[in-house]
Amino acid sequence: MPVATVAGTKVWQRRARGTQFAIWLGWLAATLVVVLSWNVISERTMWMFVEDAHVQAADLLGRMVPPRWSYMDRLWQPLWDTLNIATLGTLIAIVFGVPLAFLAARNTTPSRLLVRPVALFVIVASRSINSLIWALLLVSIIGPGVLAGILAIAFRSVGFIGKLLYEALEEIDDSAVEAIQATGASRPQVIGYAMVPQVMPAFAGISVFRWDINIRESTVLGLVGAGGIGLQLEASISQLAWREASVIFLVILVAVLASEWLSARIRHAII
Amino acid sequence: MLVIDGLAKQYPTGDRALKGVSLTVPKGQIMALIGPSGAGKSTLIRCVNRLVEPTAGRVSLDGQDLTRLSRRGLRRARRRMGMIFQEFALIERLTVMENVLSGRLGYVGFWRSWLRRFPAADVAAAFSLLERVGLAGFEDKRADALSGGQRQRVGIARALLQNPSLLLVDEPTASLDPKTSRQIMRLLRELCRERGLAAIINIHDVALAQMFAERIVGLKLGEIVYDGPADGLTADVLTTIYGEEDWSQTIRPADEDGDEDAPAIPPHEPAVPIDRERLAGLT
Repeated sequence: MPVATVAGTKVWQRRARGTQFAIWLGWLAATLVVVLSWNVISERTMWMFVEDAHVQAADLLGRMVPPRWSYMDRLWQPLWDTLNIATLGTLIAIVFGVPLAFLAARNTTPSRLLVRPVALFVIVASRSINSLIWALLLVSIIGPGVLAGILAIAFRSVGFIGKLLYEALEEIDDSAVEAIQATGASRPQVIGYAMVPQVMPAFAGISVFRWDINIRESTVLGLVGAGGIGLQLEASISQLAWREASVIFLVILVAVLASEWLSARIRHAII
Repeated sequence: MLVIDGLAKQYPTGDRALKGVSLTVPKGQIMALIGPSGAGKSTLIRCVNRLVEPTAGRVSLDGQDLTRLSRRGLRRARRRMGMIFQEFALIERLTVMENVLSGRLGYVGFWRSWLRRFPAADVAAAFSLLERVGLAGFEDKRADALSGGQRQRVGIARALLQNPSLLLVDEPTASLDPKTSRQIMRLLRELCRERGLAAIINIHDVALAQMFAERIVGLKLGEIVYDGPADGLTADVLTTIYGEEDWSQTIRPADEDGDEDAPAIPPHEPAVPIDRERLAGLT
C-alpha cells in the first residue's frame, strides 16, 4: 500500500514496495534485451564497410555537387505529372472514401451485421497495402504510366480517408442527433442535418492532409514505373548521374515544402 | 392531452429507470418534474417521444397511442412534440436560421431540407418566432457564436416551429446562470400560455419549478412520490423526494409569486433584452 504507518505517523509513497520492485525488474530486463540485441546485430554486421561509411558518404556528396541545374528543363513535365497524380488520386479517393466512411461508422451504417464488416474490410485492405506496392501491382496490370500512379494513390487513400472519417463520425455529439430526431426528421435528414455539419472540419482536414501525404508518395511511384518525377530519379541513379539526382532531390524537397505550407494554410482557414 | 399509463423502462444493463409511472397532462398545463439525479426524469420524457423505447406501458397524445406506432407514424407523431435540451443540442456550425428551420424537418422532404429551400411560410414563421424569443437580427450568426441564454432561445424557437401541442423540456436551465434561468423559464411559460401548449419540464431547481409550474410531480427511483400543486411542496414532501435535509431555505416564501414578474421581453424594445443579457455577463 502506498500509505503506511511508520512510528505512529502516516507515510505516503508513490508506489507500494512490490510494485516498485516489479518496475525495477522491468527496467533490468529491458536493459538486458538491448545489450543482447546489440551483440547479435554486431556479429552480423560487416564492420569493414561501416568503418569507411563517412568516406563513402563524403564521396557521394562530392559527386552530387554542383547540381546540374540545366537538367531542370527536363523536370518540369514529370513534376507536373507528380502533382497531378497526387491531386487526382486524392479526389478519386474522396469520391469513394466518403460513402465508405458512412457505411462503416457504427452510427450511420445501414446494417451493422452485413454492410459494416464489408466496409471495414475494404478500408483495412486498402490501408494495409502501401502505395508503392499498389503501383507495382497496377503497373503490371494496366501498364506503366501516370494512370497507374493515380490509381495507386487513390487505392491507398480510400482506406485512409474512410477510416479517419468514420472515426470522426462515431465521435460526434449525440445530443444534436437526438434533437434532430425529435423533430420528426427522417434518417437521411438526421445524417444530413445533424451529422454532416459536425464532421465537415474533420473531412476538410483529412482530405488536405492526405493530399499532402500523396505529394510525397507520388514522388517515388516512378521508381516502379508509375509515372512522375520518380521515373527521372530512377534513370539518373541507374546511370550514376549523381549531379542530376541531386537536382531531383532538391525539386522534391521544394515541392513537399510547398505542399505542407499550402495544406497548413488551408487547414488553418477551415478549422 | 398526454396520458402516460404504467410506463416502465429497464435498460439492457438491468437498471430499472421507470417502474410503472402513470400521469395525465391536460392541454395547456405546465408540469415540472423534479427529483434527484437518476430518478428517471430524462428517461420519462424520452420515453414519450421514444428517443428511448419504453419496455412496458402506454403513452398516448391526443388519443393516439405513441408506443405502437410504426417508424413512419412515429416520425409524424414527433412533429407534434417539441423538445428542448439542457446543453441546447443545436448544430453548432449551422446558422441560427438553419437551426430554427430544422424544426420543420418532419414536414419537408430530404432534398428541400438539404438544399435549404424551406417553404416561404416556414421561413416567415421562423422570422417571427426569432423575434418573439428576442433574437431578431441573429438569423445569420452561427449557433456557436451565441451565449448560453441566446442558444436556449434558439432551441425554444426550433421546438416551437414544429407547431407542437406538447413541449418536452429536459433541464432547460441547468447550463445557465440564475438570471438567465428565470428569463428562459418565464419565456417558456409565456409561450405555453399564448399557444395553449402543455409542457413537461424536468428541472433540478426546486425554487424555479415552484415559481413557474402550476403542477409538480416528484420522481424518486422511477416512481411518482408526489403529484400536486406547487404550494404543496412542504419540507416533508421534499424529504420524501430527495431525502433528509434542511429544506427551510428552499421552499418559496408565500408572497413571492412568479406571476408578478415582468414579461420576459418588453414589447416595445425588441433589441433591449439582448443587451441586458450582455450586461449580465453572458457573452
